[in-house]
Amino acid sequence: MAVVPKFVGERIKRREDPRLISGTATYVDDVRLPGTLSAVVLRSPYAHARINSINVDAARSAPGVVAVLTGADLKDKVGGIPCVAPAEHIPFHPLLAQGKVRFVGESVAVVVASDAYKAQDAADLIEVDYDSLDAVSDPEKALEDGAPILHEEFGTNLVTRALVPNPAVDEAIAKADKVIKFRIVNQRLAPVPMEPRGALADWHQALGHLTVWTSTQIPHLLRSALAAVLGLPENRVRVIAPEVGGGFGAKLNFYREEALVGYLSRMLGKPVKWIERRRENLATTTHGRGQITYLEVPVKNDGTVLGIKAKFICDMGAYLQLLTPAIPGFSGLMMTGCYKIPAMSFEQVMVFTNKMATDAYRGAGRPEAAYIAERTMDMVAGELGLDPVEVRRRNFIPKDAFPYTTCAGLVYDSGDYNAALNKALEIVDYPKMRAEQAEALKHGRYIGIGIASYVEICGIGPSAMLPPKVPGWESATVRMEPDSRVTVLTGISPHGQGQETTFAQMAADAFGIDIDDVTVVHGDTAIVQYGVGTFGSRGLSVGGAALMMSVGKVQDKLKKIASTMMEAPPDQLTFTNRTVALKSDASKSIPLQAVVDAAYGWKMPIPGMEPGLDATSVFEPTGCTFPFGTHISVVEIDPDTGVVKFLSYVAVDDCGNIISPLLVAGQVHGGIAQGIAQALYEEVVYDENGQLITATLMDYAAPRAQMLPRYELAHTVTPSPLNPMGVKGVGEAGTIGSTPCVVNAVMDALKPLGVRHIDMPLRPEKLWRAIKDAKKA
Amino acid sequence: MRVNLTVNGQPRSDEIEPRLLLVHYLRDVAGLTGTHVGCESTLCGACTVLLDGKAVKSCTVLAVQADGASVTTVEGLAKDGKFHPIQDGFWEEHGLQCGYCTPGMMMAAVDLLSRTTNPSEDEIRHALEGNLCRCTGYQHIIKAVQYAAEKMRAAAGR
Repeated sequence: MAVVPKFVGERIKRREDPRLISGTATYVDDVRLPGTLSAVVLRSPYAHARINSINVDAARSAPGVVAVLTGADLKDKVGGIPCVAPAEHIPFHPLLAQGKVRFVGESVAVVVASDAYKAQDAADLIEVDYDSLDAVSDPEKALEDGAPILHEEFGTNLVTRALVPNPAVDEAIAKADKVIKFRIVNQRLAPVPMEPRGALADWHQALGHLTVWTSTQIPHLLRSALAAVLGLPENRVRVIAPEVGGGFGAKLNFYREEALVGYLSRMLGKPVKWIERRRENLATTTHGRGQITYLEVPVKNDGTVLGIKAKFICDMGAYLQLLTPAIPGFSGLMMTGCYKIPAMSFEQVMVFTNKMATDAYRGAGRPEAAYIAERTMDMVAGELGLDPVEVRRRNFIPKDAFPYTTCAGLVYDSGDYNAALNKALEIVDYPKMRAEQAEALKHGRYIGIGIASYVEICGIGPSAMLPPKVPGWESATVRMEPDSRVTVLTGISPHGQGQETTFAQMAADAFGIDIDDVTVVHGDTAIVQYGVGTFGSRGLSVGGAALMMSVGKVQDKLKKIASTMMEAPPDQLTFTNRTVALKSDASKSIPLQAVVDAAYGWKMPIPGMEPGLDATSVFEPTGCTFPFGTHISVVEIDPDTGVVKFLSYVAVDDCGNIISPLLVAGQVHGGIAQGIAQALYEEVVYDENGQLITATLMDYAAPRAQMLPRYELAHTVTPSPLNPMGVKGVGEAGTIGSTPCVVNAVMDALKPLGVRHIDMPLRPEKLWRAIKDAKKA
Repeated sequence: MRVNLTVNGQPRSDEIEPRLLLVHYLRDVAGLTGTHVGCESTLCGACTVLLDGKAVKSCTVLAVQADGASVTTVEGLAKDGKFHPIQDGFWEEHGLQCGYCTPGMMMAAVDLLSRTTNPSEDEIRHALEGNLCRCTGYQHIIKAVQYAAEKMRAAAGR
């Protein structure tokens, strides 16, 4: 038999791909159940309005229509959508509007018909009599006297106020050589997974059992929430996340429609499917970011940063989704970045606005933090006339200081920030690039070099750091089947990340078997033990650690059994090439299959040992991992058009040990693309009346291939001590490093014109105006 | 209304509503769910199929407009149990993550490679500008198309 190779660390083609490239994968809308009815949701065209009456008579009698429901039909029959993060004011969040609508796109009625075309026809026949109310879309105006109040019961648009005070910051401000003050905005973004949301519910009357297929990142958490809202026992609800076409945080949630289809299927006794359209996706799937930050940064003249004081205004939207008010906290706690800043304090004011709720979007609070930290470093460099590289070096946490407790109380696990910065500088040839930049300027060419040295927080744990219903642990089951093939059941729910491949690599190496002999199963609550899900770059660092715990348990049992067969102590055995072998002499071995046969046999070799070969484990992280890196971009601005052209983009990321280099590259690429998109292109725009302007992909500028550069990647490797693989996580790193990197590059290019800061997105029109105004002045 | 068309080489004849979109015809009538709907407005390209060999967004083509035509979907790419070079390219170069844009992206790439055998990076980026991908940042998609182009040139002896 051929020698079984090692898989961890190798370039492995993905196990997921054959079904995806052949068109045979099954996303929610591809699930076909006989007799399925289609639901279409009628949505509010107003940002804020009172509903006087809804006439559904014509819709109810339209061809093919089975049911039409409004908020009145659901009142007191179902619960509301939960927000599990603490906040002073958490409004009731109904499945269908109750008397009032508070954002454009809010669900007002639902029509169920034999197909989606007929359901839409009927929805068009519903007459809603609205009284339009004044709306507020600017979060800073929402707290002003006389602002329209969204939820009258609170008498204010304040969601909650978070304070992390520290008098040391004010002392630093008093004694600083200089205090740099500025305001920056992390604009609202739309996650735009290519597969919009969708859900299919199938109620089985005789069993009293509900199955829901839904495009989600958290099938188990969603099962709990769904059972609670519908009043069903949790063991009678099965949630399946089939193929999921991207999430980016937007599907780390529980939405009205997921509950609606469950309610409707139970009511009608038939399967009911709802598939989101792109316009709905842009209006009613959670948005991300939406933070305004006022900063005061005391510094010494040599560039030493003495503190950061921040006030955040956080735009929560009209209702609170699962984690809405929890996201800004990460922005505050992480805003000191990779710097040994001795003091920080912040105040966060979270407010209701007449818009869709914000919540997690790739990075979830940390891109905002990195943007603050890295714009701060460039601001400091600019004000003091220092090189941005020098300012960073002066303030870096030194590599011998880890584990390092920041002034915010976070414990950074490991890091070597200079190493990543040095590597990136070397790749771009920094001194040469600066010389070229100066030379180009003489010819009227505006070239900018942008640096961002980021650190972020992943694999968040212990669980006490998170709301109780979204804990930080993860589960895994490893089962060695009677034919010595391995089945892995993981509690994470990958939707593009590729853990069917990485987990197979890890399990195959651990048991000395081929990667083809491992199957990874996820996303079905009836098959997989309770788990948490995929978000926050936790799949490998937490889910993979749980996997290795279960792997270890099965290995131990195999070793104990093999020990009796080989007459060698268990701790001297290893798994290689489909055998259990002596560590010291691999030629002394027995086939793995022989040990598996014994484990499943009628007579266990060790009296009292349970037959079978499976183990389930839960990994509770003792701390968070902190991936880091340096991104450098070189851009040129066309002064006549304001268009930003990339001359190069270099990313040096440190995600600890790398299991799958190909997949890490993919994660970094995609992350950079989304971060560049925030810097240059994307923004969810509501007008002052709360009308959504960016409701199509024509208006919302998700980038296309020719809008993005070629990325050059490199890595440093600083393992995390917090999990057995030494990994840190890489799902969000690219997004976090790239946004400040690109904004710093553009601002660097415009520095000769005296431009200090322009808020994102840095669209050509904005830059063109800034250049024109600067030249006029 | 009756439509007669060829889908992945198989002739079909179906009675349909005149307003039925081609993508819904393919998914719901022909049962080929490999073609995805991403925006219903021609902007994302997830639904791209070949109509008489040319890439079209099937979410904004009526099924009746395809009467008499030949349609190729992602399910029609593999031949004799072997992946098309573009499928091999996407697999080999990690040109996909969530996979939702992939069928449309591959069909647009096949259209490009039918017009030019050795496209430059810029030509590939330009040819795929009607197809959005949210996962990959496009770099591995470019490499996937280059991989396919090379294999196809080698197979054609060029």
